[in-house]
Amino acid sequence: MAVLTYREAIRAALSEELTHDENVVLLGEEVANFHGAYKVSEGLLEKFGPKRIVDTPISEAGFVGMGVGASMLGIRPVMELMFWSFYSVAFDQILNNAANVRYMSGGLINCPIVIRGPANGGTNVGATHSHTPENVLANHPGIKVVVPATARDAKGLLKSAIRDNDPVMFLENTILYGEKGEVPDTEELIPLGVADVKRTGTDLTIVTYGRSVLHSLVAADILEKEHDVSVEIVDLRTIRPLDFDTVLASVKKTHRVLIVEEQKPFASVGSQLAYMIQREAFDELDGPIHRLATIDAPAIYSPPVETEQLPNPQRILKAALAAVA
Amino acid sequence: MSKKASPTIEKKDDIATSACGASSQAPVNANLAKPEKIELYRKMVRIRRFEERSLRAYLAKKIGGFLHLYIGQEAVAVGCCSLMGKDDHVITAYRDHGHAMAVGMDTKALMAELYGKITGCSKGKGGSMHYFAPSLNYWGGHGIVGGQIPLGTGLAYALKYKGLKGAAMAFMGDGAVNQGAVHEAYNLAALWNLPVIFVVENNGYSMGTSQERSSAGPGLAQRAEAYGMNWATCFGHDIYEVRATMDKFLKLAREESKPAVVEIDTYRYRGHSVADPDQTYRTRDEIEEYRRTKDPIQVFQQKLIEEGVLTDAIIEQIDTEAKAEADLAADFAEASPYPTPDDIQKDVYWESDNPDQRASKGRLFFD
Ligand SMILES: Cc1ncc(C[n+]2csc(CCOP(=O)(O)OP(=O)(O)O)c2C)c(N)n1
Ligand SMILES: [Mg+2]
Repeated sequence: MAVLTYREAIRAALSEELTHDENVVLLGEEVANFHGAYKVSEGLLEKFGPKRIVDTPISEAGFVGMGVGASMLGIRPVMELMFWSFYSVAFDQILNNAANVRYMSGGLINCPIVIRGPANGGTNVGATHSHTPENVLANHPGIKVVVPATARDAKGLLKSAIRDNDPVMFLENTILYGEKGEVPDTEELIPLGVADVKRTGTDLTIVTYGRSVLHSLVAADILEKEHDVSVEIVDLRTIRPLDFDTVLASVKKTHRVLIVEEQKPFASVGSQLAYMIQREAFDELDGPIHRLATIDAPAIYSPPVETEQLPNPQRILKAALAAVA
Repeated sequence: MSKKASPTIEKKDDIATSACGASSQAPVNANLAKPEKIELYRKMVRIRRFEERSLRAYLAKKIGGFLHLYIGQEAVAVGCCSLMGKDDHVITAYRDHGHAMAVGMDTKALMAELYGKITGCSKGKGGSMHYFAPSLNYWGGHGIVGGQIPLGTGLAYALKYKGLKGAAMAFMGDGAVNQGAVHEAYNLAALWNLPVIFVVENNGYSMGTSQERSSAGPGLAQRAEAYGMNWATCFGHDIYEVRATMDKFLKLAREESKPAVVEIDTYRYRGHSVADPDQTYRTRDEIEEYRRTKDPIQVFQQKLIEEGVLTDAIIEQIDTEAKAEADLAADFAEASPYPTPDDIQKDVYWESDNPDQRASKGRLFFD
């Protein structure tokens, strides 16, 4: 296995898929000459040329919509949003066109488009640049939502997303771009909709995804060493489709649940999970389902305080102790 | 005209022909054989009769929601779509019945869609505003004003990417030109020389708001200049003129990958949607004046009579057949079953519709 950063893993997935299918094209602001605002696409222009790696103007509605239209005719566009936060100006194209056009055409059309970019807080860029819209996106039947936490997952899931015939929203993380992880040397396609147990344990299930997986792993070590609590961590990896079987299996094993998400709590991914767990595993629960989310306010700028607004190992530790009390 | 600063209409005693005398001599029209001309005429009549029949069905409460009729604008869709080659594509807004029929969609499936029946072109899932026929290069039918314009630009992008010598026609209304997404699409098309023609069907009003009350600047198509794009305006009541103008820009798009904005003047006779009030923003006289002097079917009929192509007998026959077709479509729609609640969650994901080819796992639907 090679050790790659999350950024390199995504780049490798793009490169492999650009090679694999000539209809794959990467479009977005600064993806070509500038090598990507976060350097994800570094080297791709040189390797694939300007027909495949395309710099767009700052027109998210225009270019996302253009990608959706092109996908209806069989192109497989990968659209980079410099930040997922900018989805708001392209939202009509995402939900009314990408998500709905198959349905409204009675199944005659499909849109094999991927929209990808970072969606996270924690970098002190304030409320406009820190949105985590996975719940908002997953609320729309017709689209799929992926939030990888590790380099290996990012690569394997992005490859599957690009080959998927439905529109896939792929949410990365600027803080994870530099995180290293082992990635298999041979080609790996990780199917969407398969959760991954990132740590096994017996006393508490933490259901989480994205960067919160890493925080949860840190907290779980402390819980093990200092509090004798054995934590199992289920990384959803994909929000929609959702691998709820893996969640259920873990709940049946530990009987206690904490959901951790870098999300505002109201009508979040965690709200949905909590509903489903109580509905399908009520008798398995030894206590109420607990939840740890971003503190419910627009993202604060103040660097030390933003850390406290988001899930972090200390907050998770506290929440986990409450969940097993 | 109503859309300009003065609300008064220039009175003309005759059907308007002077503005477009030369267009009938344009090769794209002069080369038409008699039967082809008759087919153009027939298509316009069929659209009108279909829509009149659908209006009756709407008033009889057979159809839900909105019904945006195209009556009065038929020469635009028929003229433009009659020029389509195998790699040309069309996308439009919610006033989409005319374009759907112009590309050759079956009236039974169209009427059944209005009735919300499973035999409808979208299985009763789209309704009046959302007709689609990818096999006929027809990509809808879109309900969000201006939202289809980036998609149309994407069709052109795909054509160019694949090296196909086709063009996309992206239709919108005069109100849509003020949407940001439209301008983003204009810029992309001009920047990348995409083979797309943005067709602004200027019927004078967006709902009850006239052009002068909604759009700044000298003209709608002229905004193309800001992007260095070709543009033209065109008298859309005469199908010959529509064809002559569009032929020029379609060729530029197909052969030189040049985008353009073409503003086609036209007029709708009915309310914005049929349930909407119609006298608050325009007068009955104005509508009558258009009907009398600029009706696209009358204008073309007159020309074809003068050319010796149409006779009273053929006109009568075409009309009778168009009415019969519309009635048949309504009967078919009436007799067809509705979708069932089991159909609600079909056609959401390609993967759930093709379970044997599904690569993902996990739950796609929730309750
Ligand atoms: C984004 C958006 N805003 C508002 C509406 C409501 N609406 C539907 S049609 C319409 C008028 C559009 O007029 P125009 O573009 O001239 O087209 P026409 O109806 O004349 O064909 C409005 C305001 C909408 N469907 N979408
Ligand atoms: Mg209008």
